[in-house]
Amino acid sequence: MPKRKKSTPVQKDYQTVAKKIEPKRKVVINVIKSYLIGGFICFVSQLLQLFFIKYFNFEESKAGNPAIAVLIIVSALLTGLGVYDKIAQWSGAGTAVPITGFANSLASAAIEHRSEGYVLGVGGNMFKIAGPVIVFGTFAAFVVAIIRVALQSMGG
Amino acid sequence: MLVGRQSWCFDSKPVIISSAAVGGPFESKCLLADDFDEFAEDLWLGEDSFEKAEVKLLEKACEKALEKAGLKSEDVNFMISGDLDNQITSSSFSARGLKIPYIGIFGACSTSMEGLALASKIMDNGGANYVLAATASHNAAAEKQFRYPTEYGAQKPPTSQWTVTGAGAVILGRKGDGPRVVAATIGKVIDMGISDPFNLGAAMAPAAVDTIEVHFNEFNIEPDFYDLIATGDLGFTGYSIANELLLKKGIRLRENLFTDCGMLIYGKDPKVFSGASGCACSATVTYGHLLNKMRKGELKRILVIATGALLSPMSYQQKESIPGIAHGVSIEYFY
Repeated sequence: MPKRKKSTPVQKDYQTVAKKIEPKRKVVINVIKSYLIGGFICFVSQLLQLFFIKYFNFEESKAGNPAIAVLIIVSALLTGLGVYDKIAQWSGAGTAVPITGFANSLASAAIEHRSEGYVLGVGGNMFKIAGPVIVFGTFAAFVVAIIRVALQSMGG
Repeated sequence: MLVGRQSWCFDSKPVIISSAAVGGPFESKCLLADDFDEFAEDLWLGEDSFEKAEVKLLEKACEKALEKAGLKSEDVNFMISGDLDNQITSSSFSARGLKIPYIGIFGACSTSMEGLALASKIMDNGGANYVLAATASHNAAAEKQFRYPTEYGAQKPPTSQWTVTGAGAVILGRKGDGPRVVAATIGKVIDMGISDPFNLGAAMAPAAVDTIEVHFNEFNIEPDFYDLIATGDLGFTGYSIANELLLKKGIRLRENLFTDCGMLIYGKDPKVFSGASGCACSATVTYGHLLNKMRKGELKRILVIATGALLSPMSYQQKESIPGIAHGVSIEYFY
């Protein structure tokens, strides 16, 4: 894999000058915002679960699925209406980490590449951002499963 | 005529016989809206992709410039154009429509002055009667090309910039009334190891400073020779860095003398973070606002240093740093 070249002393000097002038990301305030919004999304999801348990007789272990589906639909709608990215600019990881971020990454890529057709455009690019999450998520699950099986067989 | 190693002095002083700037819907509310000729109502311009919309913007700017000059496209010898899309298709496709013999160039956001410098050189050598120099950028097309899908919710850092949706065009002629292109300095590619594509101002500032310094040295002039020195799209961050670097080199520019097109167009609008960028940034501000100011007699001599970040989405993923370039063009207008 390509590696980043090391900066020369002249480049390093410049980067120090530039660093001093560049405005910094407001990390503390961003963390607080994302904590609040992320927490709020989870809270809504919990309410949805309770709603599905109470009114649609879902079992507790399965009520998560329709709740998540609602969040995905809402995120995709907000993405299509052009609002999601504005909320995300404010909330940062708060909207990116929950399932809403995943839905947004799929919907936004699909909308963006519609102009290249359904197969090569939408189909080929929909997982442009979410693809790595799936690849490494599946791989991580596989590794964890192997470790678990190994431990279980050793421990009897 | 060659001056020093990398500058040209145009003895015949080609005349900018007309110029045009068109913008998108967001630009219609910008600080310099009065200096635009036309605005698109939405980002699509009736097309079915952002890339096609960009072609239309560029065509509109060229047609407007032709109309203002009272010329037909057959009268123009050459068109020099470039943009940010893959293989500069916006420019090539506009040239297809306009049917003007075409030279495609790529200098990222420095394309405006690269094109104007080359056009002036062709004129000065007697290589043409009329040359059209143009460039365009489209906010959503550039985001799609270089960053994430437009509707993707990634948080942008305060150093990021807003690509201008618009296009600018000028037509150079041999005689007539209008601002004249007198000199140009072609910049070197300078890489200071900045690798964050959301911090292009810092990547381009060293190139701008180098071109400014070389320009002053090769023409043996002081900064006060000009009424205005404007960089292309450094934005607030890149501009502050450039100022700091110039001071370190002992070049002191008065506050009202040195500015940046990326700061002028939207001002300190929080939506655009550090300011504007894109080929259309320096093009619309120079070909609209600055040339208008010259025509009103408010500015007599200006130096525009269009700055470009020479990255590609792939070079960035392959962990290459971002080289910058800057081309300066000197324009004057005395009644």
